[in-house]
Parts: sequence; structure tokens; C-alpha cells
Amino acid sequence: MASSGPARPFVSLRRATPLAGLALLLAVPPFAHAIGDAYLVNILTRGVILALAAVSLDLILGYGGLVSFGHAAFVGAGAYTVGILAFHARAGSTVFDGLHGTQAALAAWPAAIVVAALLALVIGALSLRTRGLYFIMITLAFGQMVYFLFTSLERYGGDDGLILWQRSAWPLGDPADGTQFYYVCVALLLVFVVFLRRTVDARFGRVLRGAAENERRMRALGFPVYRYRLAAFVIAGAGAGLAGALLANQDTFVSPELLGWRQSGELMVMVILGGVGTLYGPVLGALGLVLLEEVLSGWTQHWMIILGPVLIVVVLFARRGLAGWLLPGSGRGDD
Amino acid sequence: MLLFLEQILNGLQFGVMLFLLAAGLTLVFGIMGLINLAHGSLYMIGAFVCASILSLTGSFALGVLGGLAGAALVGLAIEGTILRRLYARGHLDQVLATFGLILFFNEAVRIGWGPRPLFIDVPAALTGTVELVPGAPYPVYRLAIIAAGLAVAAFLWWLVQRTRLGMLIRAGAADREMLAALGVDSRRLYAGVFALGALLAGLAGALAGPLLAVQVGMGENILILTFVVIVIGGIGSIRGAVAGALLVGLVDTLGRAYLPTVLRLVADPATADGVGRALASMLIYLLMAAVLVWRPTGLFPAHGQ
Repeated sequence: MASSGPARPFVSLRRATPLAGLALLLAVPPFAHAIGDAYLVNILTRGVILALAAVSLDLILGYGGLVSFGHAAFVGAGAYTVGILAFHARAGSTVFDGLHGTQAALAAWPAAIVVAALLALVIGALSLRTRGLYFIMITLAFGQMVYFLFTSLERYGGDDGLILWQRSAWPLGDPADGTQFYYVCVALLLVFVVFLRRTVDARFGRVLRGAAENERRMRALGFPVYRYRLAAFVIAGAGAGLAGALLANQDTFVSPELLGWRQSGELMVMVILGGVGTLYGPVLGALGLVLLEEVLSGWTQHWMIILGPVLIVVVLFARRGLAGWLLPGSGRGDD
Repeated sequence: MLLFLEQILNGLQFGVMLFLLAAGLTLVFGIMGLINLAHGSLYMIGAFVCASILSLTGSFALGVLGGLAGAALVGLAIEGTILRRLYARGHLDQVLATFGLILFFNEAVRIGWGPRPLFIDVPAALTGTVELVPGAPYPVYRLAIIAAGLAVAAFLWWLVQRTRLGMLIRAGAADREMLAALGVDSRRLYAGVFALGALLAGLAGALAGPLLAVQVGMGENILILTFVVIVIGGIGSIRGAVAGALLVGLVDTLGRAYLPTVLRLVADPATADGVGRALASMLIYLLMAAVLVWRPTGLFPAHGQ
């Protein structure tokens, strides 16, 4: 929880650091252009999209105290929604009677958000009946269930996945242009982070945090804790669905790997690397992890043998994550 | 009917493998409060060490012993250096650190043994089939696995219910702090319990060698099934692990064998096969969801949870 002592000398810093981060993100394409490295924009687009997914996970994990190990399912559901709609638009067929495919971003992306949110509603409604370790495992199991569902959809490529032949079309500009797509992703991330910031600072977020600290107390105060948690779970699922829609566009490819438990694990890694319950932290964590993977895989194909111990060291010794260093006063102050 | 018997035995054999993994995982959680994702890595290490010793010495028995020892030693090493520090931490930290361990071990094994899967032959003494009932031959090796699993279950029952160590284990599962306050050396107890769990995981890995390809990542798929087992059975309960493992083994095996056929009664063959396969691979997760909705702490909740 954010410490709220009488004097908060770092308030200005806490505001300034995210703004500086945003400025840095906006400056990436001109910089990449200047040094002639277009690939950098590609990597960071991926980082920004995964940041969106990680931030959405932070709402339930950091503020709700609910360790969800199946978040990739919602990313995958969003990605497959875009993929399947594009598949039918190309084939000129219908998903089912009356529902035609589409390539339009303004139709497909909201559809991805809605599908992921509905999936989160179902999974959350069942999972939130359990606590602690049971919750971790049931979300993991639901994630695997959705994974196996998509591997068995032969029509949409099964194990091999589904190729999107082009990015979703939006009204202004050229979707094939990597720089434009990057700015769209950054804008969506910004909107989502600001939305979540307001959500967690509002009464909703306080109830959520209160329930994470002491569920019985919040119940005694008369709050329907289950419903608050379910609402948070659905919001998080919707955010992950949007991230999935963007990821499908970035890769122009969707496959069941997007939904695997390893992907869910990586999202959790991003949140904890950046700092749990900070919202800005997971953005740093996602960008950091994507860049770290890029650098390490440049050194050796066995880069995971380095990443694994790095994770362990971070968990054991740097518990407040990157945000703990860059944003003093944020994160899990109770550690 | 004979085919059905065979599928039942296959389900039992699969359930026994799951039990060997679930027993360690559920004990470690019940007593130390640790969720160990790297349990599947110990299974993988057991399989790889067994395969290597087998190819060096030609003896499957030595291979199994080596697999047991290898998994137990690696288990002791990670318990003493890393996992011990996580007992008092939250689940999130435990998940993350042991996720890091999985990445490390997968890559270490890939460096040590290469990326290609290894294949082990069924040991000569256990090849061939035996007719349990006339006209239904069944592989001896699979029967041996079922027997080994039942023996381990009986041993664990004896250990937990009838020995002093078992008394400490039960006491630890009920109330860790009280146990430590009474002067029990919890460090040694925890290390011992963890090594026992690692040993069983190694045994499962070594025994699985002749049935499956020995390859990197083999631990993770079965680990998730093991989680399903202990959640269905009730975390921390050996009895629950037995029940959950057999239930999951049977439901998964029978579902894969018969769901498409059953669906053919109500749908055309192509649809039935497609939907049946999809449903069969999701069946145990549906089972788990149903159990948790009905009983949110599993079928046999351990005391003190």
C-alpha cells in the first residue's frame, strides 16, 4: 500500500517520473529512425502491448491481492477474436449465422475486449469462490482449459495457429506503418493506465485493497467483496483482451502459445519485476523484460539460464521491483 | 468389455504416476506452506539421470536408483539455498521464484543433454504382456508401475500414521508454529520432507522414462495435472492426493478413449470426433471446476488449512 505519512517529499517526483517515462516512449520512433534501427520500434511495440496486459493483471494481483495464474487466457481470447474475425472476412464466410467477419479495427478490437471480458466474467465468477492457493490453481486450470479449447479448433489452425494476412484497418492512416501502430499502442496504454489509476484511487480501488488486507473486515462493513472482485477481474480481462487484439496485429499471427501457462507466468514476472500494486511498475517490468530477453538472446541461445536466476534474485532481494527504485513511496510499503 | 478393462488399467497407471508427484507437492504445501512449481523439474531430472545411467550401465534398476538420488540431491540443494527463504513469503513470491527455477532447470538440461528427446526401452525383465483375465493381455511394465505406486502409497500411509516422523509431519500440517515452539528442529524436518517429495518426483520421472519421451519440458505438463489432483483432493492431504490422482487418471483416460464414441450417439461422426477430442482434453479441468464449486477446499481438506 502507498504509505501516507504526513510529509510526502516525493510527490512531485512520483508525478514526474511517469511523465518522463511517457516522453521517452514517445521519443522512441524518431530516435530509432535517427540511428537507423527500425527493429527497435518493433521490440518496443511488443513491450508496450505486453505492458498493457501486465498493468491489467496488476489490478487484480497488486490491488486485489488475487494471484491469477491464467491471465494469458484473456490475452489469447482477444487475439483469437481479432484473428477469427479477420479469417472470416478474408474467406467471406460467417463465424456463425448472422455474424460476418471484419478487418476493421473499430469493430474487431471492441469485439476482442467484449469477448475477453465475458470470458473473465465466467472464469472469475467460478474462481473467486476459492481463496489463496486454490485460486492460483483454479485460474491456472481455466487458463489451460482455454488453451486446449483453442488447440482443438482445427478450423482456425489448431496447434499451428492462424495467420492474419494484414493488420486491422483503421479510419485514418496506414495500419502497415510500424510507427503509427506503435503510437496507437502507446496511446491505448496511456488511456488504460490513467483509467486504472483513477479506478484504484476511487472508492472502488479502496474497497479492493481493503478486501485484500482483511476480507472479513470489509464484509463486516457491508461491502459485497465478491462483486467488487468480480468487477475488477472483468476489467482486468477486458484490458488483457485489448492487449491480445494488439498483439495479434503486431505479429499478424495468433497461436495457442499466446494462452499457455508460460505466458501467464511471464505476465506475472513483469508485474513483480516492475513492482506489484503500482500500475507504473508493470509497464517498466514489461518493457524491461522484453528488452532483457532481447539482449540476453543476443548473447546466447541459452538466455533462460540467466533469466531464471535473475528472477529468483529479484524475488529474494529486490522485493519492490523497478518501481521501488524509480518511484519512491510507491509499491508494497508494508514489506 | 475387455478393452474397457484395459482402459481402466491405463487410467490407474496414469493415476499412480500422478500420485507419486502429488504426494510430494501436497506434503510440501501442507507442512511448509510452499507452492513449488519446480516440482516438475525434479521429475524431469529423475527421468534424465535414469536415462543416462541406463545407457552407461545397461541396468534399469541402477538407473531408477540414480534418478531417485539425483532428484533428491537437487531437491535438497534448492531447498537449502532458495526455497527455505520462501516458506514465510506470500504465494506470489513463491510462484515467481520457482518459475525462475523452472526456466533455469529446463535450460540447464537442454545444455547438458541436448535438445533431442531420449527414448528408453522397457527393461527386459518387465517386457511382454500378461493376461489378467483370459483374452486381455496387458503390458507387464504398466502393471509394475501400478504395483510400485500402490506400494509407495502404503509406505506413505505407514510413515505418516505409524511413525514418529509421521507424527511430526501431521503436527506440522496442523500447526507449524506450535511444532517449532515445542522444540522440534523444523529445519531438518522441512529438508527431510522436501527431499522425500523430490525423491518421489524422481521416481515418477524414472518410471515414466520407458513410457514417454524423456525431454525438456516434460515436467510442466504433468505438473499442471498434479495441481489439478491436489486441488481436487484437498491441499495438504495424502488421502486426498490418492483419491484425486486416481480420479484424474481415470477420468482423463476414459474421457479420451470414449467421449468421441459417446458423442456419436447424438451427433454426426465428424462433429463428434472434433468436439469429443476437445472436450476430452478439457474434461479434468471441468471436473476440477465442478469439485471446487461444490467443495471449495477439495474432497479431503487437511486440518489446519
